[in-house]
Amino acid sequence: MTSVPSPEVLRAPLVVEFPFTRSLGPVQSAFLTGLRERTVLGVRTGDGRTLVPPVEYDPVTAEEIRDLVEVATTGTVTTWAWNHEPRRGQPLDTPFAWVLVKLDGADTALLHALDAPGPDSVYTGMRVRVRWAGERVGAITDIACFEAYDGEAARTGTAPHTGAFDDPVTGIVAAARLDYTYSPGRAQSAYINALSERRTVGERCPSCRKVYVPPRGACPTCGVATVERVEVGPRGTVTTYCIVNIKAKNLDIEVPYVYAHIALDGADLALHARIAGIPYDQVRMGLRVEPVWTEGGRYPDHYRPTGEPDADYDTYKELV
Amino acid sequence: MAPHERPHVAVVAFAQSDHLRTTDELSEVEMLMPVLHEVLAATGLKTSDIGFTCSGSSDYLAGRAFSFTMALDGVGAWPPISESHVEMDGAWALYEAWVKLQTGEADTALVYSYGKSSPGSVRDVLTRQLDPYYVAPLWPDSVALAALQAQALIDAGETDEPALAGIASRSRTAAADNPHAQLKGAVAQGDYAVRPLRTGDCPPIGDGAAAVILAAGDRARELCERPAWISGIDHRIEAHGLGVRDLTASPSTRLAAERAGVFERPVDTAELHAPFTSQEVVLRKALRLADDVTVNPSGGALAANPMMAAGLIRIGEAAARIHRGASDRAVAHATSGPCLQQNLVAVLEGETRD
Repeated sequence: MTSVPSPEVLRAPLVVEFPFTRSLGPVQSAFLTGLRERTVLGVRTGDGRTLVPPVEYDPVTAEEIRDLVEVATTGTVTTWAWNHEPRRGQPLDTPFAWVLVKLDGADTALLHALDAPGPDSVYTGMRVRVRWAGERVGAITDIACFEAYDGEAARTGTAPHTGAFDDPVTGIVAAARLDYTYSPGRAQSAYINALSERRTVGERCPSCRKVYVPPRGACPTCGVATVERVEVGPRGTVTTYCIVNIKAKNLDIEVPYVYAHIALDGADLALHARIAGIPYDQVRMGLRVEPVWTEGGRYPDHYRPTGEPDADYDTYKELV
Repeated sequence: MAPHERPHVAVVAFAQSDHLRTTDELSEVEMLMPVLHEVLAATGLKTSDIGFTCSGSSDYLAGRAFSFTMALDGVGAWPPISESHVEMDGAWALYEAWVKLQTGEADTALVYSYGKSSPGSVRDVLTRQLDPYYVAPLWPDSVALAALQAQALIDAGETDEPALAGIASRSRTAAADNPHAQLKGAVAQGDYAVRPLRTGDCPPIGDGAAAVILAAGDRARELCERPAWISGIDHRIEAHGLGVRDLTASPSTRLAAERAGVFERPVDTAELHAPFTSQEVVLRKALRLADDVTVNPSGGALAANPMMAAGLIRIGEAAARIHRGASDRAVAHATSGPCLQQNLVAVLEGETRD
């Protein structure tokens, strides 16, 4: 047993990025297509209110609502907040005000940005108008932002609108990107640090004495912390396997190949890895294997047969 | 048992971690496990004694899918246990567990929740819970949305910047007695984060975990000298469109409070999940709190706001005050979503002491 002080904490950037593709219902499609055509549409509720931006169901009665109306591109700020440090993805990259704007003809307010020289020029009740984006695609960002406006209301009431446009927008792609700095914690850091020396370490549960590889700092059976570090392997036994026949994108391993669960000697949990150095149809349960490291590799590239006799089933049956 | 009688459910134990800006050296399960052990030790229960386990957390904080399954290692899920998870604050996990105990399917429940905000930028992460069509593409961060609500309150004459600073100061002064708090004592109001909110009006960003044990009926009396009985609990939600709502009011909190029975008799303590000073103004009004109610003696979310745990902590702190006799009837509140969109209200009561 070795009880090693915590190694230096590992950190690595982790970017989670996904272009969410979303389809639009009839109301959202009309609204976003309208923005592309410099037209702002709302929807009329059963009790005569006009909701902008429009929704498909009345937030009070849950009734389906479809009566589209056109409202003005001018309106009044109902509340605001001065954002002196714009963040990535926000509508303007210079200091601006977040605003809720009730457009003329609407009964509810739309969230957007207001371009203004400073916080002293913004106030609740301020009159504003839409500034359209130069290139419009059918998205909320087709409104580039709002700007101060001291003229007449572009429209005082609402006008019925069919919501029909040529070439309607029926979907949006909402790009999401979040940046993290990932730290794996004490147990997994120790595992990764040992791998850099081509060693594999696990942790033993103080209660049931099982050795977990890779260690995650807890015994999932007993619900207690695991701290006793144990070196396992390097050799192990194939407990079960599958033959992969479909080539994964960006993977240059030829198919078919074998992916296996391997119980490293001294471990009570099998980890998984690829088996090579043997024809795929000759891999079997009980096969004795050892890791193969490639130059600069941070973990074993694959496992290959050691040439030892196969392990007896009884020696690994608990780990299948 | 007569049909109208239901088993009484109580919070019998509560534990929380120290809440820290970063916990790089700990994985989520490593952060959580001491809290689980502490809450179990308080009752003498083992994980195998627990009838139902429910947790709250968010994959978006971790940046990983199904991150809660890793945390389950800290519970001991073998042999198989009855378990559930909500992608929300643990207060909602507690609600689910409370329902489970009401059905009589279990007489004890372990509820835990945790969040590590340190790996990512929580202001940006929280934009991903917004309406994806009209709002999320603008990336309005959580502080900005709270600031819009604060300005609406100022315009309505319900508060002003000095009053908000007073809430910040009172909270962090109270937190001086809370060994787990992240931000305590005299904290400068600082510069504007998003005007009108200053950094002092905003919660600290941090990592933390919490756990409670619920028990029903006589089991609660066996496990705790003075159980904190949940005499009522309810949660409500408002329209997701910010511009549809009156941001100066919280009708969902009011309704949840009515249904939970808050207004039937006075409360002496309120633990409010108000991450921003301005939100306390809204909640005090919604809950009709009298001036003599002790509000957030723990320091509240302004002193420690571990995402997904801060709401459960409000229930835990209120219960702990009842356990130690500092309160007889407390209201606990948890929130989720921008500008107090979703609200849970629980009433906790201790039996009359001799």
